[in-house]
Amino acid sequence: MSKMQYAYDKDMKMMQDRNIAFASGKGGTGKTTIAVNLAYFLSYSRQQVQYLDCDVEEPNGHIFLKPKIDKSRPANVLVPAIDKDKCTSCGECSAHCQFNALVTLPKGVLLFPELCHGCGLCIHICPERAIRDGDREVGLIEEGTAAGDIDFIHGVLNVGEPMAVPLIQEVKRHYREHYIRIIDAPPGTSCPVVKTISDADVVVMVTEPTPFGLHDLKIAVSMAKSMGKPIGVVINRQNGEFPPLDAYLSKNDLPVIMALPEDREIARHYSMGKIFLKELPGYIDRFMELAFNIGRLAGIRKETRQVKEW
Amino acid sequence: MVGIKEMVVVSGKGGTGKTSIAGALSFLFRNKVVADCDVDAANLHMILRLDEVLATKEFFGGKKAKIDPERCTDCGKCRDVCLYDAVSEDFVIDTVSCEGCGACYFLCPAGAVDFDERLSGYCYVCSTEDNGRFIFAEMLPGEENSGKLVTMVRNEAREEAKKAGNELILIDGPPGIGCPVISSLTGTHLAVIVTEPTPTGAHDLKRIVELTKHFQIRTAVAVNKSDINASYVREAQQFCKDNGLVYLGEIPYEPKITEAQKEAKTILDIAPDCVASGAIRGIHAKLQSILEEL
Ligand code: SF4
Ligand code: SF4
Ligand code: SF4
Ligand code: SF4
Repeated sequence: MSKMQYAYDKDMKMMQDRNIAFASGKGGTGKTTIAVNLAYFLSYSRQQVQYLDCDVEEPNGHIFLKPKIDKSRPANVLVPAIDKDKCTSCGECSAHCQFNALVTLPKGVLLFPELCHGCGLCIHICPERAIRDGDREVGLIEEGTAAGDIDFIHGVLNVGEPMAVPLIQEVKRHYREHYIRIIDAPPGTSCPVVKTISDADVVVMVTEPTPFGLHDLKIAVSMAKSMGKPIGVVINRQNGEFPPLDAYLSKNDLPVIMALPEDREIARHYSMGKIFLKELPGYIDRFMELAFNIGRLAGIRKETRQVKEW
Repeated sequence: MVGIKEMVVVSGKGGTGKTSIAGALSFLFRNKVVADCDVDAANLHMILRLDEVLATKEFFGGKKAKIDPERCTDCGKCRDVCLYDAVSEDFVIDTVSCEGCGACYFLCPAGAVDFDERLSGYCYVCSTEDNGRFIFAEMLPGEENSGKLVTMVRNEAREEAKKAGNELILIDGPPGIGCPVISSLTGTHLAVIVTEPTPTGAHDLKRIVELTKHFQIRTAVAVNKSDINASYVREAQQFCKDNGLVYLGEIPYEPKITEAQKEAKTILDIAPDCVASGAIRGIHAKLQSILEEL
């Protein structure tokens, strides 16, 4: 076994039970591509890895990992079930609901399930005990195995369903012990992203060297910083210079943990739904570096490895 | 056309070039207000020629609970009722986890919980160089309720359109199919989907079309970066045919779009004669006639 392989195995052992979240301010920066290729690389190098797709609005990891799904079940959230016979139309429940999900009419209470956050407050508030907790389906949780032995899990939000967060939390309830956990977060900086990265040990921000990319990166970084997360930046589709990005990164002490060039071959494999690392093994070193650098960010090693510029 | 028409550009998947195309279209339409509803990552203002910010409005996205240790008796009720695990063992509320439901506030026997509105973002009304109006918003990082902020942007846009007697509101929508997208789509007259010919593009196109169908919004589709994969372009065409959607056409991959972005311009400014610019003008003409029919 080479020295490098030995160091790698040792580092990765320490990475077990760590949560690595892949985020991006802007959609379409290649977040999922990097996440699935890293999962593939880790599994290929004999690490136990779990891939959790928390981008429940547009889960795309499965397109590349092509998992064999062996468990599939609906995910439910709490929704009030109102007993018409007991309800006196007193209006207490609708007056207290913070999300305007209830309207009291003379003949009873009307529920707008898409607005309900399932908080259960109305159940406590109703003086007639006319409300119980019921169930509402918001999406699907699917589990399986991908590309050899990657433990795969994703949530698929029902179309027209605004409540992404409960489904994300359901996905995250499936953490497997002793696995390195790769978490694909939704793009942006809104509530679902915050909930996804809340327990991440490292946040990998995937960006592209364009003005839009930089603008959105800044917002995403300030969100992750305000949550106290260690951040590493992956620059995707590097093509020539983009000095504003370099200036921003160095001013904010943000390490670049991987850079990938604009490569038509990567784009071509992507457009066929393939894991590009399988077809372009020349990039394996990049992912080895990435894994090491994530380990460093997770606090298991001190020095960063130099990232090659393109 | 009677009344104000609202047209929203969406993509399902991020990174299809939606904003660059929305930006280019906004130059071609006359007599309109432009609204950027991608409140998590507003980009459109970077390529429109803004004149000045006319008004900055505060956005309050919802309430958050806070326990006053002076008044708290450590009874534990709040921890029992909070379904979001937001209250710690020593009765401190984690603002990130707090959903703002108010259960702890209403049910605390000691009245020890404060429950106040939080500033979660800003909405800006701007004028553009061609003397039109542009509305955009910014969420403070990590804040919630972007759907509500989208609604605020749209209301401001309607106000401005009414004031100026504009006929069209052009909305750049957020990616995804969740809460802010639903807020961007509801009650609009025409949804323009910018997709790309890849498996993920095709997958997300189907999901967003389910959504526009659900809300019964007239839907038109344009394929961006159309030379990446011809077979997915054909698939998108067929998909439009099968689902009664208007197929607007293709825009080939154009590296100058990124260049234009770097100069804070649209492709129509820097390369008006390239194939992509021509395609965008063609799409504009089709959209114009659909809007007139509506
Ligand atoms: S569970 Fe909460 S959000 Fe749902 S209706 Fe009751 S009070 Fe409103
Ligand atoms: S609080 Fe109970 S009794 Fe009063 S309106 Fe609501 S469900 Fe009916
Ligand atoms: S319910 Fe009120 S008094 Fe009881 S622990 Fe919570 S904040 Fe303190
Ligand atoms: S407001 Fe609701 S979510 Fe927030 S701490 Fe209180 S009970 Fe929990």
